[in-house]
Amino acid sequence: MSSERTPLIQVENLRKYFPVKGTNPFEKKKYVQAVESVSCTIYRGETLGIVGESGCGKTTFGRTVLRLYEPTSGRIVYDGVPIYDSEKKISVNMLPYRRKMQIIFQDPSASLDPRMTVGEIVGEALDIHRLCRGKKERAERINELLNKVGLNTEHANRFPHEFSGGQQQRVGIARALAVDPEFIVCDEPISALDVSIQSQVVNMLEDLQNENHLTYLFIAHDISVVRHISNRIGVMYLGQMVELADSYELCSQPVHPYTKTLLSAVPLPDPVKSRARQRILLEGEIPSPLNPPKGCRFHTRCPYATDRCREETPQLREQAPGHFVACHL
Amino acid sequence: MEKDNKNLLEIKDLKVSFFTPAGEVKAVNGISYSLGYNEVMGIVGESGSGKSVEAYSIIGLLQSPGKVVGGSITFEGENVLDFTEEQMRQFRGNKVSMIFQNPMTCLNPVYTIGNQLIEALMCHDKGYTREAARKRAIEMLELVGINNAEKRIDQYPHEFSGGMRQRAMIAMALICEPKLLIADEPTTALDVTIQAQILELMKDLQHKANTSIVFITHNLGVVAEICDRVSVMYAGHIVEQGDVNDVFYDPQHPYTRGLLSSTPRMDEVTRERLVPIEGTPIDLLNPPTGCNFGPRCKHCMKICLREKPPLVEVGERHYSACWLHFKKEDEQEEAET
Repeated sequence: MSSERTPLIQVENLRKYFPVKGTNPFEKKKYVQAVESVSCTIYRGETLGIVGESGCGKTTFGRTVLRLYEPTSGRIVYDGVPIYDSEKKISVNMLPYRRKMQIIFQDPSASLDPRMTVGEIVGEALDIHRLCRGKKERAERINELLNKVGLNTEHANRFPHEFSGGQQQRVGIARALAVDPEFIVCDEPISALDVSIQSQVVNMLEDLQNENHLTYLFIAHDISVVRHISNRIGVMYLGQMVELADSYELCSQPVHPYTKTLLSAVPLPDPVKSRARQRILLEGEIPSPLNPPKGCRFHTRCPYATDRCREETPQLREQAPGHFVACHL
Repeated sequence: MEKDNKNLLEIKDLKVSFFTPAGEVKAVNGISYSLGYNEVMGIVGESGSGKSVEAYSIIGLLQSPGKVVGGSITFEGENVLDFTEEQMRQFRGNKVSMIFQNPMTCLNPVYTIGNQLIEALMCHDKGYTREAARKRAIEMLELVGINNAEKRIDQYPHEFSGGMRQRAMIAMALICEPKLLIADEPTTALDVTIQAQILELMKDLQHKANTSIVFITHNLGVVAEICDRVSVMYAGHIVEQGDVNDVFYDPQHPYTRGLLSSTPRMDEVTRERLVPIEGTPIDLLNPPTGCNFGPRCKHCMKICLREKPPLVEVGERHYSACWLHFKKEDEQEEAET
């Protein structure tokens, strides 16, 4: 982790706005500011976890990094090569990079084509990137991939609906691994699974990371899972990164008021501890990203908000080595 | 907990089956528990373990092809299963009410929140005039923490956010002051911060209104927080039941232990590998002859594959259904002799 910290992906001031269809054609166009100026570095071999409530832009962030969504502005550097830069007008052809950057989706049943067999789903990527010479090699590679994720060779001829949720997710993982990527965005890979299956998949992702030297961007709303799997965690709120730190440091010494409330809201599977602790309860709900509050985006719910918070947007600054916080306090 | 001898709700050997074209699915296969006044019982289990089906049968909302095929549900001495349709209508809402997982699909989108609250009240209590009912509805909305209730009562469900809708649902469920509230995964669809708000609210209301709650969830953390007792369900059976402290600190059934050790914990100090439960949940169409958990169990013995284990008392008000308890007793006896 810390021994060889070479950056794999650098993201600078990444923005993604989605236009909203208004009813009045003469009205000024409105935008949902899904990701607003997020910068971070993902180091080779690490797992960066992203947590936040629904609608905070964590999924959009993951997809924009892969350029599955075209960024509105900002800069993405992959392994020293800029693949997107809005100022210098760089946007490279992503096809060769798709071999290196892959994604695992949240809902396995929705992301697998129901009319393709598992073998075809996994093999499609091999065909697109012309990774196999001949049918025999292709079939061998598919078998190898299925075995890697704990499925059998015979599963290759079955269709996705014949599998349980956990197995479908394994197919999704095999599909992502087919091209031998370096970097995988895991977009809530376990949220749709049962509790007892979740830990199986988490363990498998960890094993695959060790075997194949993968780098993960792990997106989830369940902080306890993210803490378990990640080296560092970034907390997002309304499209902005509010805190980024080593995962254990973040959970034991959170600095940003939002991180504190988020952590205190997590239910502990321990009756005495969970009843004894003092909760920080937030007032109200997330404001709309269509019309985010001025200044610090958290000030409407923050118990410590001052006048400065209402006016000035705090920048993500390094408060302690490796611990970044965006807060005036 | 008040040590009251009389129980509010008693379920004995309840069996619910779904008659599907592929065969009979025994979704709930002989579960029993009792719930005292002012008590919160948590029911945990994975999807398909029968936890919701069991709750739906208490309130008479089981839909075809589901059917109660055996057992009894006794509420304050009356057998709920013998109720006529009219009695059931009076029973629902007045004495028992329910909160569902997804508030948006349970609220009627074309009526205002107020209309729906008032309707619930006037249906069950003929003494209310419309004005009085409205006043009561506003009170109720304030009680569940909805600001500006006088204005919001005339809004439609789509104008409420997820957390607010769930609050409105809770208001609707509690407006007739039921003695039992069934909460079917009320916080699963919500974010953690909103979940925390709703849990605090439910705890608070439970103390104020002295309602008993059957709380269905798959989240062990939520159970630890709100419940007095907990039943762990697996494939239609209760595998373990007891006070929360007993079940969490001294789990007896291998499934409960597996669930606890497979969940990552916020308070763990070292980064340990999770211990997952291997295998997948069983197919309820072809359940195994022995213990349902047998095929996935680390301690599976020969008898586990042959016969279903009975629920045995392993501590004070702490039950577990596993053959291992018999093995221990045998060993102890052998050691003694």
